Amino acid sequence: MNRSNEMVKVIRQQRRLGKNILVAAVVIWFFFMILMPVFGIIREAFREGLDVFIAALTAPESIHSFVLTLWITMATVVINTVFGIILAITLVKQRFRGKLFVEGIVDLPFAVSPVVAGFMFILLFGPRGWLGSWFEAGGIKIVYALPGMLIATLFVTLPFVAREIIPVLKEFGLQQEESAYVLGASKWQTFWKVTLPSVKWGLAYGITLTIARSIGEFGAVLVVSGSIINKTQTATLHIHQQFTDYNYVGAFSAAIILAVASFIILTTMQRIYRQKGVD
Amino acid sequence: MNKPGFLKSLSWGGDLTLRSLSFFYVGLLIILPIAAITLEALRGGLGSLWRNILTPQAIYAIKLTFLTAFFMVVLNVITGTATAWVLVRYRFPLKNLMNALIDLPFAIPTVVTGIMLVALYGPKSILGGFLNKQGIEVVFDKPGIILALMYVSFPFVVRAVQPVLQEMDLDMEEAAKTLGASSFTIFRRIVVPTIIPAILTGAALSFSRAIGEFGSIAIISGNIPFKTQVASVYIYGELESYNQQGALGLSVALLFCSFLILVFLNRLQVWSRKHEQIQ
Repeated sequence: MNRSNEMVKVIRQQRRLGKNILVAAVVIWFFFMILMPVFGIIREAFREGLDVFIAALTAPESIHSFVLTLWITMATVVINTVFGIILAITLVKQRFRGKLFVEGIVDLPFAVSPVVAGFMFILLFGPRGWLGSWFEAGGIKIVYALPGMLIATLFVTLPFVAREIIPVLKEFGLQQEESAYVLGASKWQTFWKVTLPSVKWGLAYGITLTIARSIGEFGAVLVVSGSIINKTQTATLHIHQQFTDYNYVGAFSAAIILAVASFIILTTMQRIYRQKGVD
Repeated sequence: MNKPGFLKSLSWGGDLTLRSLSFFYVGLLIILPIAAITLEALRGGLGSLWRNILTPQAIYAIKLTFLTAFFMVVLNVITGTATAWVLVRYRFPLKNLMNALIDLPFAIPTVVTGIMLVALYGPKSILGGFLNKQGIEVVFDKPGIILALMYVSFPFVVRAVQPVLQEMDLDMEEAAKTLGASSFTIFRRIVVPTIIPAILTGAALSFSRAIGEFGSIAIISGNIPFKTQVASVYIYGELESYNQQGALGLSVALLFCSFLILVFLNRLQVWSRKHEQIQ
């Protein structure tokens, strides 16, 4: 009896030791791989003092780039939210030929390399492209200008809103909408008062993901924009420009601003995610 | 799902406007661009497309892309599964904080990731200087590419495996334990078979992200042909030097791989649903 008790104790101790080693290994790995780089950049940005940091951020081309990112992000959120909801409702509530195909390719923007995405839009909207030559005739420039950058951002963030609300709409079903309709609500009233509230947390989550990706998009926008300083340079393109010009403080300080923005978005995302689980 | 006529009209079922808007949205942003790049690539015939892909520099770029992506996936499967395991099964200090920070790599723009890694591992930093003396080059060399890929796709495996582990019944493991199975046997025979679909999903998502990744690699790799130039950066280089023909070959190749991965993920979902039912 005594012996077997001791053996159980030894096995337990071994198990606990194994657990502690595994936890320590994971935490150390996570700290070095994921967190250390964040500390590294903070150290580098302030290496030459706060004045240099602020001067780099308030340079005209820096401010211009952040404002441009803000505009593109806002436009992207509005367009992709409206069309994302329309797409989700169409895919959930309607039956039509080619539905499976459309559902399948909605995810494609996540899989396509951003550079290839940008290239596709140059071929389509460039001066000699299918649609581009047509716009060019009307005097509208799309590639190497703002519209092209917006289109590229719309592409890379297209799946977020639709993907988040499709499962909610499916689960929600038709019953409540039907009741509202039977009770005399119009189609629009039903949408605003019944359908939209039911998907609100999924929608909020999708919008946050869209914002995060729009702010951070680089490859696709770089290719379609031509990265013209003070004209078509977003924040990420500005960081890249500063880095290739060996102006490291400029690159690091702008990068910190985006990193802080990402952190705020991340915490918002997690709060919404928890809400989504509660409702 | 047979609805009386008046309810059908409410369920957006007959709404042609919604469907047209959805087709316009998906058509303009996804279908047309892909059609444009595919037709453009095929215009000179398959022969010239192959000649584009088969230049030594392009072959090297695509080989490097797949090798680094593969290496990263192996590392991320191991560390990601361990991280998910530790987060679900054990309690330790600051666990909630760590769980919240897992998604950080998704929130941080990829250019910023590249800049952060240069700040930490660059030859002028403490860690980079130390590694340099040991003869290990991280920045502007292959280890840097793998580090960047690991960073940007770290959350995929963790977030795929975590929910499956959370929902797993402990009954079987406990039964095995009472019957005298060692921890390793339990893990190999009971845990791994349950989480393998989730691991494969995470791995496929990481791989898909890695072969298209551009921003972080453009910063950290230095883009040296025959040394650190990956496919996406090669395409960008060709576009920069106004050689669209040269960019087409690898673009279409990458696009094709994205399609394959999407199809694979789709099959995987079907399979894992069946897998669940059997269990």
